[in-house]
Amino acid sequence: MTDIGIVSYGGSIPRLRIKAEELANVWGKDGTRIAKGLGIAEKSVPSIDQDTATISVEAARYALKRCNINPQDIGSIYIGSESHPYAVKPTGTIVGDAIGATPDLMVADYEFACKAGTAGVQNCYSNVKADLVKYGLAIGADTAQAAPGDALEFSAAAGGAAFIIGKKDVIATINHTYSYSTDTPDFWRRAEQKYPRHGGRFTGEPAYFKHVTNASTKMMEIAGTTPQDYDYAVFHQPNAKFPLKEAKILGFTKEQVLPGLKVSYIGNTYSGASLVGLAGVLDIAKAGDQILVTSYGSGAGSDSFDITVTENMKSYDRSKAPLIDDMINDKEYISYGVYAKYTDLLYWE
Amino acid sequence: MPKGVPRYWREIQQRYNLVANKCGACNRVYFPPRELCPYCRRESLGKMEKLKLSGKGEILSYTIIHVGPDDFVEQVPYPVAIIQMDEGPKLTAQIVDCNIDDLHIGMKVESVFRKIQQDGSTGAIYYGYKFKPVK
Amino acid sequence: MRDVAVIGVGLTKFGELWDKSFRQLTAEAGSKAILDSGITGKDIDGLYIGSMSSGRFVGQEHVGALVADASGFSHLHIPATRLEGACASGSLALRQGYLSIASGVNDVVVVGGIEKMNDVGGSAATETLATASDQEWEAFFGATFPGLYAMIAKRHMHEFGTTKEDLAHVAVKNHANGAKNPYAQYQKEISLEMAMNAAPVAEPLGLMDCSPVTDGAAAVVLCAIDRINEFEGKPAKIIGSGQASDTLSLHGRRDITTLDATVYAAKMAYKQANLQPKDIDFAEVHDCFTIAEICAIEDLGFVKKGEGGKAVQNKITTFDGTIPVNTSGGLKSKGHPVGATGVAQIVELTKQLRGEADKRQLKDARYGLAHNVGGSGATCVVHIMEAM
Repeated sequence: MTDIGIVSYGGSIPRLRIKAEELANVWGKDGTRIAKGLGIAEKSVPSIDQDTATISVEAARYALKRCNINPQDIGSIYIGSESHPYAVKPTGTIVGDAIGATPDLMVADYEFACKAGTAGVQNCYSNVKADLVKYGLAIGADTAQAAPGDALEFSAAAGGAAFIIGKKDVIATINHTYSYSTDTPDFWRRAEQKYPRHGGRFTGEPAYFKHVTNASTKMMEIAGTTPQDYDYAVFHQPNAKFPLKEAKILGFTKEQVLPGLKVSYIGNTYSGASLVGLAGVLDIAKAGDQILVTSYGSGAGSDSFDITVTENMKSYDRSKAPLIDDMINDKEYISYGVYAKYTDLLYWE
Repeated sequence: MPKGVPRYWREIQQRYNLVANKCGACNRVYFPPRELCPYCRRESLGKMEKLKLSGKGEILSYTIIHVGPDDFVEQVPYPVAIIQMDEGPKLTAQIVDCNIDDLHIGMKVESVFRKIQQDGSTGAIYYGYKFKPVK
Repeated sequence: MRDVAVIGVGLTKFGELWDKSFRQLTAEAGSKAILDSGITGKDIDGLYIGSMSSGRFVGQEHVGALVADASGFSHLHIPATRLEGACASGSLALRQGYLSIASGVNDVVVVGGIEKMNDVGGSAATETLATASDQEWEAFFGATFPGLYAMIAKRHMHEFGTTKEDLAHVAVKNHANGAKNPYAQYQKEISLEMAMNAAPVAEPLGLMDCSPVTDGAAAVVLCAIDRINEFEGKPAKIIGSGQASDTLSLHGRRDITTLDATVYAAKMAYKQANLQPKDIDFAEVHDCFTIAEICAIEDLGFVKKGEGGKAVQNKITTFDGTIPVNTSGGLKSKGHPVGATGVAQIVELTKQLRGEADKRQLKDARYGLAHNVGGSGATCVVHIMEAM
């Protein structure tokens, strides 16, 4: 057990939703069947004025609202996303100025498909461990783009979560972290392309399952734990089926996984996914709870964390910002036409 | 509007964080900040203090824009309001996350960070304040 | 201070004038005014031009010199100055021309207002008009010009019970007047139903609540009172001139439903003319939007604050009312070539006071008032004229 960990956290989920049926109808598919197959009923859609930067700022501001940290004491900001608003010009400095953390600040934007956010957490953890910074802010956020008519259209969603990492007043310690990475091209997006491509069924066993399983297994070896030692397990959630299958493979129960499984209601928030799941767990966790988090990013790799909720959680005031479930339930449905307008599917000058 | 980046950069603290200023002589609050207080004038020189607004305010009037400028064409119809901030100053901003039928004069609102507009697909993106109803 | 009279007026048709360029409009209005006045080029001591945004509409600044040139006066090297105050540009030009004679510096000046809005296309015209608002703190956030006046309307409705129907009555009245004006852009009456059900622009304002995009020019010749007998143009005296400014943004104002700039400019003009609002026989007010006319008649003191909405229905501002407003058709029906509007109002006043308003002629018109506003009320200029 170390004294380094999460000091505060916050999430941000856009309000707009599109139902699986609405998406399926456009392509002449059976929405009910698809929703059941993926375990995704509807997904979040960013409004025309929301992007990874606005989602990151909102999540970071919520995290700050819940604690008394002076933003000037945040020494590093790492934002992981597949949809940074600029290819060159960091989202991190936009957030930095928006929360008052500039100018004494280390910033870099991260990319590693859906695990860029957890990579940011690892880096903040390292910064704090090295006493380089008092607090580090890690954010995973995305407004994921999916090609129209592609299977991913049913899951690619928008959302994110922010974590302030430090040594003081920690509500959940990060006891260990371990990453398992290989060059596995299961899903990618070329530089000038708008939409990603993927290897179909190749994204399953040799990609997601191999990395999440290996990372989680090795993590538990390092920590000296077994699945039974954990109250919650959060796995990356491209759909509802993969993490539940992973749970079976590793020996976790459904009950351990479901609280952190948000994909059914909001879709896959990509770099936000595991962190939103973790935030959802922290929304209900009690002092002493043990949490295993293993993210997955295509290309490929998994970051695993062994986390213990501390006594400080008793005095942590979550009510200063909306819970993940509050944001999930604050929604407004839109049609495919509006969805197309907002996600830039329509070509116009 | 001519899209020069320095012009927007200069006002980032106003757009992102509603940083206003207060006259040290009479305590009136101004947003955007002023070089000197119009009422105290020379008495206020050197006495204008930065003040970050809380982001909370109330709608004084509003409209729904149906015919929007080029930069906003995909957003119509959208609500725009004049908002009286709790600290005193008034400003003009879009209202978001609100049913158009629920809009009313006197509605309490709070600021959110959103994309305001962008300079086409190759230019800079401009972020700033919009307001949503206080739940 | 000397007295000044208008001795010549000239107007082009207002409308979508595809065949006429900025220079042609200038020359047409200017020459009509000069012919009407009986002066010649050599009599002109100065040119005062109002044009809001020639730069964005026709890519041309340095408009004072351009107008002098297009009018054929360059070889006389007449001083030419362009004034800008958004939609009040025309009356700012008038006031400067007036002051130059009243102060004794000039004897005879020509004042012109020109705007050529249709060369650029609808959305560019709208964006250019938005430069009358606060670019950084209103337009940048998506507030359009109609949007600002719509917020004035919403607040006026909230505070005083003004209704959408009240707004529509203004449009109907002005179109009825404009139908009798051969220079107006729209010379057709509209029904109340049409006005109320028009497509929304910025709620509660619809298409029929908004003045159009227009090309046009207007010009007047001003002359020191002691020299008017040298020229054949029938004179009408300017007896009051007032101007005031206010915050650029609507949200910066003391009261959203009152244009304080109107109140103060009018006060200045009334004081100089030694008149009260009730002495005014008729007025041309700045109805860029229907709500603007409602606020104007309140702020000019013709009716009490809050009672402007019923002025048409109570037959106060109708053609046969106690104080007919916008007999020309107003900006709504006559058209609103921005820089020309302020000068065109003076043209209407003069025609009425001379007895030359034809089908729009009022009986016993002795005192007329012209009210011109820039933006959402950041500038206001008021002139009062008397029949001679």
